[in-house]
Amino acid sequence: MRPPHPASALDPASGSGAELIDQLGTALYVGGGLIFLVVMVLVTCAVLTKGRPVNARYWILGGGLAFPAFTLTVLLMYSLAVGNGLNAIGSSGALQLFLDCFGLGDARARAPVDDVLEIHVVGKQWWWEVRYDRPGKGGAVVLANELRMPTNQAVELVLSTTDVIHSFWAPSLAGKVDMIPGRTTRLRLQTSEAGTFRALCAEYCGGQHALMALFVVTQHGDDFEAWLAHQQTSVVEPVDPFLKVGYDAFFRGECHSCHTVRGTPANGVAGPDLTHVGGRKSLAAGTLNNHIGTMAGWIAGAQDVKPGNKMPSSLAYSGVELRALSAWLGSLQ
Amino acid sequence: MTRTGRPLSLLLLLPLLFACAPERDYVPKVVDGDADRGREALARYECGVCHMIPGVADALGKVGPALGDYSRRSYVAGKFPNEPNTLVRWIVDAPAMAPQTAMPAISMSEQEARDMAAYLYESD
Repeated sequence: MRPPHPASALDPASGSGAELIDQLGTALYVGGGLIFLVVMVLVTCAVLTKGRPVNARYWILGGGLAFPAFTLTVLLMYSLAVGNGLNAIGSSGALQLFLDCFGLGDARARAPVDDVLEIHVVGKQWWWEVRYDRPGKGGAVVLANELRMPTNQAVELVLSTTDVIHSFWAPSLAGKVDMIPGRTTRLRLQTSEAGTFRALCAEYCGGQHALMALFVVTQHGDDFEAWLAHQQTSVVEPVDPFLKVGYDAFFRGECHSCHTVRGTPANGVAGPDLTHVGGRKSLAAGTLNNHIGTMAGWIAGAQDVKPGNKMPSSLAYSGVELRALSAWLGSLQ
Repeated sequence: MTRTGRPLSLLLLLPLLFACAPERDYVPKVVDGDADRGREALARYECGVCHMIPGVADALGKVGPALGDYSRRSYVAGKFPNEPNTLVRWIVDAPAMAPQTAMPAISMSEQEARDMAAYLYESD
């Protein structure tokens, strides 16, 4: 879904914050264009016609003070309303948002946090950890480089970083918000459109900044609940002998020092949680499609694909082990 | 050297110029596939994660062998004579031919594998 523009501020998802921003942008471009046209017409008239000269005071008081004061005041009110609307996504109607911009109460304070699903997104060089700490029923869910949210329901991203400054930007869904060391920042997302959108790091964060992307998948409520419930399940040791070779190779190669696979002894925290890695849209933070070939290539050539990232290119495996390991990880749907 | 000897010896050297003619010194292999579609398929399946493939964007992998000049290769995977149908079979399901290989079988249609082979054979 939505392959043409999965990451475009000019093609916002319906009912999203990006749509509000896009409308503000359109008002600016159209308004600015009209004013430019009027000025050009007046210039042309001044050159071509020999009419009675207009009193200079009309120009200075009218065109120089009254018109800009009126236009900019309206624009300021509109942009404040949009800004307030972005903060208050999921908490009130449009009219209320407009009144809020006159300082009638903090819009966010009126939205009880319990009503909003919180999703923690942690920026790391060069990938994203995504956590659902309180997903209602069941345990916490941790995944990487993929964020899923229900349609027609506001979620609040709690953004942080464990190293340098990153910035979360899903152009089709919302504006960008920085992730700053030692602080948490917040961003509300909402959309009525189901689809797959792309987000990216919008603050230079080191050598592989360009290969730090994330997919935002929006799903209808029931689909999202089913996905979340599935994410809460754990992995069991494989029965299939080939997959078992891969499972054993995972531990023999010390993958568990950095990676967690819930349900197995693997509980490393330096790298992405791999509990359901086979079901994800991409590998290496939006760098590769996810299939057995790219999985094997990434394991054996991580430093070729993304030089300088913290995962070493593994030399530990025979050809069979590499295929079996890739197959086992791919089976973790 | 005599006066007539010099032009004569230059004449003898003349054939050497023709040795530079750009004629292939091998027989290009042909497979029933579309090279353009093959290039697109090689990019779409991201074969370049493991292989260096000239002409395919981002195909700079060093996990497996480089795939340039494939028509001139004597062997596929260092084991099987480089015949078109052998290469196609290898692309579709390498482990079935060489159980110890690191190259996984990626689910694709045989036509896609034919297109890929066509690109590899025709790209030099």
